[in-house]
Amino acid sequence: MSTIDASGIPDRPRTLAEKVWDDHVVVKGGDGQPDLIYIDLHLVHEVTSPQAFDGLRAEGRPVRRLDLTIATEDHNTPTLDIDKPIADLTSRTQIETLRRNAAEFGVRLHSLGDKEQGIVHVVGPQLGLTMPGITVVCGDSHTSTHGAFGSMAFGIGTSEVEHVLATQTLPLKPFKTMAITVEGDLNPGVTAKDIVLAIIAKLGANGGQGYVLEFRGSAIRSLSMEGRMTMCNMSIEAGARAGMIAPDDITFDYVKGRPHAPTGRDWDDAVEYWRALPSDEGAVYDAEVFLDAAELEPFVTWGTNPGQGVSLSGVVPTPDDYSDPNDRAAAERALEYMDLAPGTPLKAVPVDAVFMGSCTNSRIEDLRAFASVIKGRKKADGVRVMVVPGSARVRLEAEAEGLDKVIEEFGAEWRFAGCSMCLGMNPDQLAPGERCASTSNRNFEGRQGKGGRTHLVSPLVAAATAVRGTLSSPSDLDPVIPLEQTQLPMAANAVEA
Amino acid sequence: MDKFTTHTGIAAPLKRSAVDTDQIIPAVYLKRVTKTGFEDALFANWRQDPQFVLNQPVYAGASILVAGPDFGTGSSREHAVWALRDFGFSVVLSPKFADIFRGNAGKQGLVTGVISEADLEAVWAVIDADPGVRMTVDLDSRRATIGDLDVAFDIDDYTRWRLLEGLDDIGLTLREADKIAQFEARREAWRPRTLPVP
Ligand code: SF4
Repeated sequence: MSTIDASGIPDRPRTLAEKVWDDHVVVKGGDGQPDLIYIDLHLVHEVTSPQAFDGLRAEGRPVRRLDLTIATEDHNTPTLDIDKPIADLTSRTQIETLRRNAAEFGVRLHSLGDKEQGIVHVVGPQLGLTMPGITVVCGDSHTSTHGAFGSMAFGIGTSEVEHVLATQTLPLKPFKTMAITVEGDLNPGVTAKDIVLAIIAKLGANGGQGYVLEFRGSAIRSLSMEGRMTMCNMSIEAGARAGMIAPDDITFDYVKGRPHAPTGRDWDDAVEYWRALPSDEGAVYDAEVFLDAAELEPFVTWGTNPGQGVSLSGVVPTPDDYSDPNDRAAAERALEYMDLAPGTPLKAVPVDAVFMGSCTNSRIEDLRAFASVIKGRKKADGVRVMVVPGSARVRLEAEAEGLDKVIEEFGAEWRFAGCSMCLGMNPDQLAPGERCASTSNRNFEGRQGKGGRTHLVSPLVAAATAVRGTLSSPSDLDPVIPLEQTQLPMAANAVEA
Repeated sequence: MDKFTTHTGIAAPLKRSAVDTDQIIPAVYLKRVTKTGFEDALFANWRQDPQFVLNQPVYAGASILVAGPDFGTGSSREHAVWALRDFGFSVVLSPKFADIFRGNAGKQGLVTGVISEADLEAVWAVIDADPGVRMTVDLDSRRATIGDLDVAFDIDDYTRWRLLEGLDDIGLTLREADKIAQFEARREAWRPRTLPVP
């Protein structure tokens, strides 16, 4: 047993996750009871909030901390004709309900047409609200994205949204911790998306259940903030509660100067605190996993959960490859739904659509990577290519760099910001039977439209696939552009708020 | 929230593993802004198949769902719980639940009991032998009885206590309002603020 000092902090080496947790305990539970945890930042969107505001209204409760709450519209927003009324009645109702609730309760809201509107997980970081050492929640499972900054960020349900609105706290039991260490140098064309898809394939779509995953090792440290966000975004796809990456100078440089970043003395205090956050030497994790970065290749899913993935250079597996009967049955069902025969080379699989967007891969660096591959080329005939920036601000940045021109000359559609075809709540959907290479995070049955078939890929693979019309990596393209130039800028901090 | 002590009803077998929230309630139904009326959305895609278990007359009015492992994976949508509840389910038994789903269920008074894989097979066998058979779930003793079979299920102490007492989470937390205020008083100035808008 470790000893506990007067402040309640155990006197032993701690992990990053434990440190952030310990510093947010309002009331220690003990005895199987949850701790009451303080929430630093609450992000709100139109899908999971209406019933929470309803609950507050029914009980006559106000929002406790309007200054720690921010809302945006993303899931239902159209990505074309955004100046026209939203055609779909239910989408419009959800958005209008959020607008009414925000006005009634006084919550800051960035509506469609506002330059800070966008996918909630793109908006938080770009405003400098997401920072190390804080707790972040949102009624959305991909809240895990914000853990890239070394914050504790996790998705919650609508009852919990109401709870946070009313109390700025949540009763929670500590999560278990899993260290996922990726050491070594990444090969050209291998991105954060490929690393995390490989990790999920290794852990299984539920292998992370109950854990906070901490991504560590030299390959992770070499990633830009965008890449780190992609990794943490998808930790939920391994079933984990959250993903985290220790903050370092790359993190601080990214936060510094953004609209809500601390300044002056506050900045110095913050950085001093943040520097003490990385896991202590000798801290014990509940589980550990190791990967060799040099062995990783571009990765793609073939099935209907994000754990059903293989290297792009590989073939569609056969159900007999799985010893677990549940896995085998799931593989059989997935192959049938995906209309794929075992043994088919992934690179021989033709697609009908390419979706470049979602909170996984819609930040400026993702768009740059995509554009670097398609520049000077034309899209494959018959393939519909949709590029949807994560936020209105990302769209403006991309246009300032001329990426919209590259995208349009390629023959792709350049859209307005939102979740779009990631889940098809707006008109951006696959038709039944259509196959899509998608930079999003979920390939569940019907996720992108009823009967639609999704292959999860990186922006580089999405781009090469759009060029060739079959699942491809940039290395399969005729070298119009030397491959080195298609790599993601490592540790890039080119984005300014 | 109503107190939950015991519940008796028809047990329906859902013989699938990794039933994700997109299957429990497809995203298109999330557009609604009410907290009730989601019964038509439950397993909407699967229910188009006349063979689907919940379409069989013998399971009409079922209130206990006995599902394969990894139930409720995927998104955090609480609508999955509302859909189950509005359809008439009071209990779901499975060898494994996704964490967020389980948390959401507890808050809405839907009991999620973890049973062993062996017991799952045994319960399914009892139902197969006598479709429409009723099951009794006793939250206090954490046992479910069906036919001659009596199995233990697991649910954490805190959720069980809250369900037994019918306690609302927010009300419980607001008992600690002083401690929340004290915590806020010592929070560092660098922590994020959404207001004022810069
Ligand atoms: S982009 Fe997709 S995963 Fe991300 S918040 Fe929107 S719907 Fe969810």
